[in-house]
Amino acid sequence: MIEVRVHGRGGQGGVTSAEMLAIAAINEGKFAQAFPSFGPERRGAPVIAFARVSEEKIRNRTKVYTPDVVLVLDPSVLSIVDVEEGLKADGMLVINSAKSIAELRREYGFKTDLARVDATHIALEELGLPITNTTMLGAAVKARPLVAVDSLVGPLEHRFGRIAAKNIRALKRAYEETEIDFI
Amino acid sequence: MAKRVGIEVSLAISEAVKQAKVDAIAAYPITPQTHIVEHLSELVADAELDAAFIPVESEHSAMSVCAGTAAAGARTYTATSSQGLALMNEILYIIPALRLPIVMTIANRALSGPISIWNDHSDIMGARDTGWIAIFAENGQEAYDLTLQSFKIAEDHRVLLPISVNIDGFTLSHVIEPHEFIDQQEVDAFLPEYKPAVQLNPDQPVSMGMVGIPEVYAEAKKCQDEVLKNSEAVVKEVFREFGEKFGRHYQVVESYRAEGAETLLLTMGSVSETAMEAIDRLQDVEKRSVGLVRLRLWRPFPSADLLKAVTGCKTLAVLDRAVSFGSPGGPVASEVRSTLYGVDGAPYIASFIAGLGGRDITIADFISIVDQAESMAESNENHQYKMIGVRE
Repeated sequence: MIEVRVHGRGGQGGVTSAEMLAIAAINEGKFAQAFPSFGPERRGAPVIAFARVSEEKIRNRTKVYTPDVVLVLDPSVLSIVDVEEGLKADGMLVINSAKSIAELRREYGFKTDLARVDATHIALEELGLPITNTTMLGAAVKARPLVAVDSLVGPLEHRFGRIAAKNIRALKRAYEETEIDFI
Repeated sequence: MAKRVGIEVSLAISEAVKQAKVDAIAAYPITPQTHIVEHLSELVADAELDAAFIPVESEHSAMSVCAGTAAAGARTYTATSSQGLALMNEILYIIPALRLPIVMTIANRALSGPISIWNDHSDIMGARDTGWIAIFAENGQEAYDLTLQSFKIAEDHRVLLPISVNIDGFTLSHVIEPHEFIDQQEVDAFLPEYKPAVQLNPDQPVSMGMVGIPEVYAEAKKCQDEVLKNSEAVVKEVFREFGEKFGRHYQVVESYRAEGAETLLLTMGSVSETAMEAIDRLQDVEKRSVGLVRLRLWRPFPSADLLKAVTGCKTLAVLDRAVSFGSPGGPVASEVRSTLYGVDGAPYIASFIAGLGGRDITIADFISIVDQAESMAESNENHQYKMIGVRE
């Protein structure tokens, strides 16, 4: 079972990221859960969402305390939230940042495998908005094979309708542009 | 062919209600139930469901409207949570007395105060004595399956009682997970059209909800209680038929790796699945003799099946997710103690309260509950209940 925690800010669609991932996994015949952190969610405030993906039926219904993958949609939460909290030693941190991997490691002291992509830049170019939830899904599945990148297309089309095409472009571009640094 | 879809549990429940072809829905939005009726209102607006969707100004009115539509012979559905259920309370008592087979989803949530939108079982415990059948789902598939089965149970002429399908708010209602939907044709074959025994009809006038003078009131209440108790047999019958048809089997009391176990944990609702993980760890890693019993049917209380499920164990740790203020134990534990009182070889019963107002109950918490229960049994500790994970 792979457990995922998504960090973002209210209104950035972090819950949607987790949901698209779970639906894609279920469509692949796997088992999955996605759920919000159930907090009083306010636009702009740091929020989290969770997902689990497994080959077997998932029974644990607690929050995710020890994620395998942590997805950071908004670089501004890095200085106020401990995004590494509970991350497994062999876990993967996937960060939206314009900074290089070396800079991120130096600035925050990240010790685990690290993936980065400038998702805000991609989202601004492809969507015209700094909303990185779909873009960062491309980075996530590049960093860890949670689902095939093409499996996300159907759920995105269903959820986003007429604006799906540009979200899919952003997703695929992030998949190509994501850099991964294994420790 | 059954269809496997990844969908939010709330929407899966809406799908079951749509497939049940309800005639009337009256509801007022309240977190965490809102997605269910929101989606139903869309289905009605999009003409995918041919039903009257009656928006109201409060839950008291929602249940009052449901009483009216059900009395007119309509298959009737509503959903609520927490304060909404509390506001319905006055009407909740009247529904079973009128023998109206309404189906209601309760997305279980804590009661104020302090204000909490999160999950526990305070709301259903407050409605415990209203005379409704109450069942609990542990996951989204069960929520879907039990919703379909509930119409069949409630509308059976041996029953004609309302039923609440309890799903844990957020921890079930807002989770996306896999569901298998049954084909409409098969739903139709399983759940035929509702045929009311008596209905309001201007051409054949009847009176419902009359005064019960002292000469008849006690008889009316005795009848009502007997009907509710007898409904357990129909619940089992419907569970059996559903299992035979669709391969998913339900029991009023469920067991998990409980055979021959010296210690049993007893749970209700979606925490049962996390508890199974704890049982696997206790048996497979720690080689301990601990099993799990889960209550699916809360009302009528399945005393005989519970007795059978726990016979032979030495220690029984009962988990409650609500406080019955001033009582000698959690509400489930009190029923269990009452069921086992005076029974030869009855186990030591330890009462635990945990998971209030959305507090997680983790695998480690379940293991700690088992540890504490066993040491309490060892010293035959005299206690009312223990609260888990509370800071003092």
